[in-house]
Amino acid sequence: MSAVSVTVPSRRQKWIAGTVVIIYALVTIMPLLWIIATGFKTPSDAISYPPKVIFQPSLEGYVNLFTTRSRVAPDTLAALGEPTTWYDRIVRQYDMVITGPSRYGARFLNSVIIGFGSTFLSVFLGTIAAYAFSRFKVPLKDDLMFFVLSTRMMPPIAVAIPIFLMYRQLGLSDTHLGMILLYTAVNLSLSVWLLKGFIDEIPVEYEEAALIDGYTRFQAFVKVVLPQAATGIASTAIFCLIFAWNEYAFAVLLTSGIAQTAPPFIPTIIGTGGKDWPAVAAGATLFLLPVMVFTILLRRHLLRGITFGAVRK
Amino acid sequence: MAQIIIRNLRKDFGAFTAVQSSTFTIEDGEFFMLLGPSGCGKTTTLRMIAGLELPSSGEIFIDGEEVSQKPASQRDIAFVFQMFALYPHMNVRRNISYPLISQGMPRAQVREKVAEVAAILGIEDLLDRPVGGLSGGDRQRVALGRAIVRDPACFLMDEPLGALDAEFRERMAEELRALHDRMGATTIYVTHDQLEAMQMGDKIVVMNHGVVEQFGTPQDIYDWPATLFVANFIGSPPMNALRFEGAVGPGQDSVMLGDAAVAIPALRAQANGALVLGVRPEHVHPDDSAPYRGRVTATEYLGTTQIVSFDTPNGPLKARLPSSVPVAVGTTTGLRFDARKLSLFDGSSGHALVSEANAGVLQHG
Repeated sequence: MSAVSVTVPSRRQKWIAGTVVIIYALVTIMPLLWIIATGFKTPSDAISYPPKVIFQPSLEGYVNLFTTRSRVAPDTLAALGEPTTWYDRIVRQYDMVITGPSRYGARFLNSVIIGFGSTFLSVFLGTIAAYAFSRFKVPLKDDLMFFVLSTRMMPPIAVAIPIFLMYRQLGLSDTHLGMILLYTAVNLSLSVWLLKGFIDEIPVEYEEAALIDGYTRFQAFVKVVLPQAATGIASTAIFCLIFAWNEYAFAVLLTSGIAQTAPPFIPTIIGTGGKDWPAVAAGATLFLLPVMVFTILLRRHLLRGITFGAVRK
Repeated sequence: MAQIIIRNLRKDFGAFTAVQSSTFTIEDGEFFMLLGPSGCGKTTTLRMIAGLELPSSGEIFIDGEEVSQKPASQRDIAFVFQMFALYPHMNVRRNISYPLISQGMPRAQVREKVAEVAAILGIEDLLDRPVGGLSGGDRQRVALGRAIVRDPACFLMDEPLGALDAEFRERMAEELRALHDRMGATTIYVTHDQLEAMQMGDKIVVMNHGVVEQFGTPQDIYDWPATLFVANFIGSPPMNALRFEGAVGPGQDSVMLGDAAVAIPALRAQANGALVLGVRPEHVHPDDSAPYRGRVTATEYLGTTQIVSFDTPNGPLKARLPSSVPVAVGTTTGLRFDARKLSLFDGSSGHALVSEANAGVLQHG
């Protein structure tokens, strides 16, 4: 580690730096907080002007998100008797009854399957490919690496129509497998390049030591290289998951029923029974959680990943 | 423990030949040095013996078994890397026991063996520490521990002291040599430091540009270099090379440097044209009656000795003299050479001419 001379910041400098960071954090977190707050508003509070910062929290948005409802005549409603559950009570205020669950749960599950499935596949294939590129004499290595990168030189959506036609021919439209393969294909170049960088930084002597200690090349890879590359694998996984999780355009184009993910589903809530902003906000809030949890779990690795190389002895 | 025979070993990386046709034998229990400047092929040779590189051609025998195309894991060797290559995600104990675990040794036996090795190296108190926080010397000891724990046929070491600071190197060099003497294991040690090679080795191979220049004991190599490269690479300051033109033949026991006749060991070979007289600095003595003259250009005081630089008709020359000898810069004096210790080289090929004195050394070189 090279010594860099750093003067200790004064109390005033720390104070200024802290203030700037906090203001920046507040600005960036504002939309997020607004979404989360809107999820707990009633529909009328959500669109009131001036906007309500202080409001009576309500779970109406969440109830609407997870249910389908229909309006019934007052006498029919009276015949049903008193509502038995808290969510029935919320719905009855609007002369409506719950007729069944919404499709949000299924769409959310699709997102989980497709997002994590493609992330796993991208990182798995990426690690193997990166290891090969990093360690073996691959003919035309540089050209192949450039080719891998070149798949990201145009926006993926530019090839939407060919992919749409191909998928229809192959029967991959609106399937989980199709979406996993698509997101893996898009993420793979990123994952190969990122991971190659990380694996390049692992001294080859570690594997050679393992080879001499009596292990096979594969054992050396699993027992010595993978633990060393954990940081890189974790940060690559986060990037891949964020892309696959949030992807909207292909999901709209290629999925409609069985394999539809949450991002194209959430906007459709608006169309059913008035602009139900709290339900949309509730859907978005819940949708944020898995990526946030995943990122927080791997945060330690992510930070080390970003500063990789700078702190090696 | 094993004898290692290297026969016509060659390694090409594309158009570049890293090692060409090396042949030498390492006897059982020898501390063997592979010495040469960087890029000379010494590390490639070592890696081929280890099985980390496969040779382009040639044979490697470990204990009579030809292993040149076998993977490293099947060769029963231990390797100490320059940067130690301790597994960073394991503690000291796990690092040392790793080679044993691969052999499927029972846990209790592994523990016992690791404790034994730790005691030899004096690192018992470090066993449960992570390797990250260890000092250079302790890392070195752990790396040695990982090597000796499995009782391999031989140890291969790639500049193991290169990553240590000067003060510590000396101590570690002694420890290494003591460890070798105690275990008696065949050891091949790569270094670019000629002092290290002379100090520790039983035998030395000097390599340059992928070619073995000379092979022998430190003293033979120092006294009777086979080539001008060895003469210049070994010794500090190196052997003086006095260039002149002339013709020599078998039986001749003196050469003419200008007008001065200089006695040399009787030759058994002949050569003419460009010749080089090789003189070790300690074999130069100021003697006013000597016909060969030199002018003092500089002196370096080194405590018990001093290095005196002369300007002679055949180029610069350095002498190692006792500090008590008075020398004044600018004066001219006669120079006498120790006749029994001189080497004569063919100036164009760089090879030493065989004489009465070096015949025994050059025969197997």
